[in-house]
Amino acid sequence: MKLTPSLNRSLWVFHFNAGSCNGCDIEIVATLTPRYDPERFGVKLVGSPRHADVLLVTGPVTNQMADRLRRVYAQMAGPKVVMVVGTCGQSGGVFSTSYNLAGPIDQIIPVDVYVPGCAPRPEAIINGVVTAIAKLERLEGGK
Amino acid sequence: MNIILSAVGGTVVLAILAIFVGLFLAGIDRRIVAHMQARMGPPLSQPFTDVKKLFAKQSIVPANAIPWLFNLMPVVALASSIAVLLYLPFGSLAPILGDAGDMILVLYLLIVPSLALVIGGFASGSPYATVGAQREMVSMIAYELPLAVSVIIIAWRLMVANVANPFSFTTLMETSVWDVVGPLGIVGLLILLILFAWITPGELSKVPFDTPEAETELAGGILVEYSGRNLGVFSLAQAVKTVAMIAFGVIILLPWNLSPVFGLTGAGAAAVDLVFFFVKVVIVSIFSVTVVRTMMARFRITQVVKVYWFIFGGLGIAAIILLMLDAFLMGGL
Ligand code: SF4
Repeated sequence: MKLTPSLNRSLWVFHFNAGSCNGCDIEIVATLTPRYDPERFGVKLVGSPRHADVLLVTGPVTNQMADRLRRVYAQMAGPKVVMVVGTCGQSGGVFSTSYNLAGPIDQIIPVDVYVPGCAPRPEAIINGVVTAIAKLERLEGGK
Repeated sequence: MNIILSAVGGTVVLAILAIFVGLFLAGIDRRIVAHMQARMGPPLSQPFTDVKKLFAKQSIVPANAIPWLFNLMPVVALASSIAVLLYLPFGSLAPILGDAGDMILVLYLLIVPSLALVIGGFASGSPYATVGAQREMVSMIAYELPLAVSVIIIAWRLMVANVANPFSFTTLMETSVWDVVGPLGIVGLLILLILFAWITPGELSKVPFDTPEAETELAGGILVEYSGRNLGVFSLAQAVKTVAMIAFGVIILLPWNLSPVFGLTGAGAAAVDLVFFFVKVVIVSIFSVTVVRTMMARFRITQVVKVYWFIFGGLGIAAIILLMLDAFLMGGL
C-alpha cells in the first residue's frame, strides 16, 4: 500500500479495549478534550475499524479478547498503525501473573508504537501519536 | 452538438465547483464547532486532506456484502447529488439544463443520495449498517413531510398571485415569493424559513438528526463497512449534497441578488451574484447546521419522527393557513 503525505495529517483513530482497567481509556478521553485538542492535527476518533488508520489498544489481552483483537486488526484498511497505550499492553503490567492472559499485545498483532505508563498522561499519548507520524514519514521516505 | 458540449462542460465545471465548495463548507463547519467548544480546530483544508487520504487507502469489500451494489452505491450517491445542481440556478446564472426540471424533480433527486446510502448499507451485510439503513429510511419519511409541504405551499402562493409556471426555477429567479405576499404571508414565510433551517440537518444526517450514523451506538451506522475509496466518494457525495440542499433552500426562500443594488449587468452581474449566492449558502449552513450541531445532542429515532411530523408538521400547517389567509386578504382568491 502506498503511503501519502495526507495520511499524516488525517489520522483517524479507533480505540480498542482489550481488557484494561479503564484507567488508560479515561486518559485517552482526556486527550481528546478541548484542552489538548488533537483535532488540530486532523486526529479524529471514529466508531468503526474500517474507517481507522490508527488502532489504539489498551490493556493486557485477555483470552476472550485475543481473537476479537485479531479480527478488529484484520478489519482495518491499510496502511494502518497500531499504538499500545499503557504498561499493561506491553508486559501485562499489574495483571502480568493473571491466569487469564493471552499475552501482551505484540504477541497477538504487530505493534508500531508503545506509550508506557500506568496510566500514561495525555501528553505522553500525544507524543506517541507524533512518534507514529514520524514512523509513517520514515516508511514513506523508504528508509 | 454545441448544446450537448456546453451541458457536459458545464456539468464538469459545476461538479468540481460543488465538491470544492462542499468540502470548504465542511472545513468551516468543523472550525466553527471547534471555536464554540473553546479549541483551535483543524485547518480549513482538513476535509480535502481527509478525502485525499481516503482515496489513497485500501478499499475493503466485506465477505458477506453484495460487491456490485456495495461498490456502485457511492457513485450513484455522488452522481445524483451532482444531478440536483444541474437544475438549480445559482444567483442570476440560469440552470445548466434550463427549464428541463422543476422543484418537484429536485425534491425527488434529493432523496436519491439517501436511498443510495440505504441500499449501500443493506448491501454491506452488517447488522449495524442494516439498523442504520432502516433508521435512514424512517428519517427520510419523517423529514419529507414538512419539506414537501413548504415547497408546495410556496408554489401555490405564487400560482394564486398569477405567476405562470410556479414550480419552475426560472420563475423563482424572476419573482421572489416575498414580493407577492402581504404582512400575514411574511409571517408564514418566516415560519417556512425556520422549517427549512430544521429540515436541512435532517436531510444531511447531521446532529441532532444523525441517528442513522450514530457513532456511539451503531459505530458509524450505514457507513460502518465502507472504507478507502468508497468512503471517500460517499464523503464527496455528502459535500455536494450539502451544497445542493442549502442552495435549494436559498433559491426558494432567500432569493435576493446583489447585482440590481450595484446596477451591474452581463458577466459582472453573474459573477457578483454567484459569489453572493455562495456567501448566502455559507451563512445558512453556519446557522442551520453548525450552530445546531454544537448545541444539541442526538435525537432517538422515535423523537426524530415526532419532531418532524408533529412539531414541524404543525408549523407547516400554520404556515399554510397564514399563506392562505394572506392570499384571501390580498384578493388573489
Ligand atoms: S496500564 Fe494501568 S491504567 Fe492502563 S489499563 Fe493497565 S492497569 Fe489500567
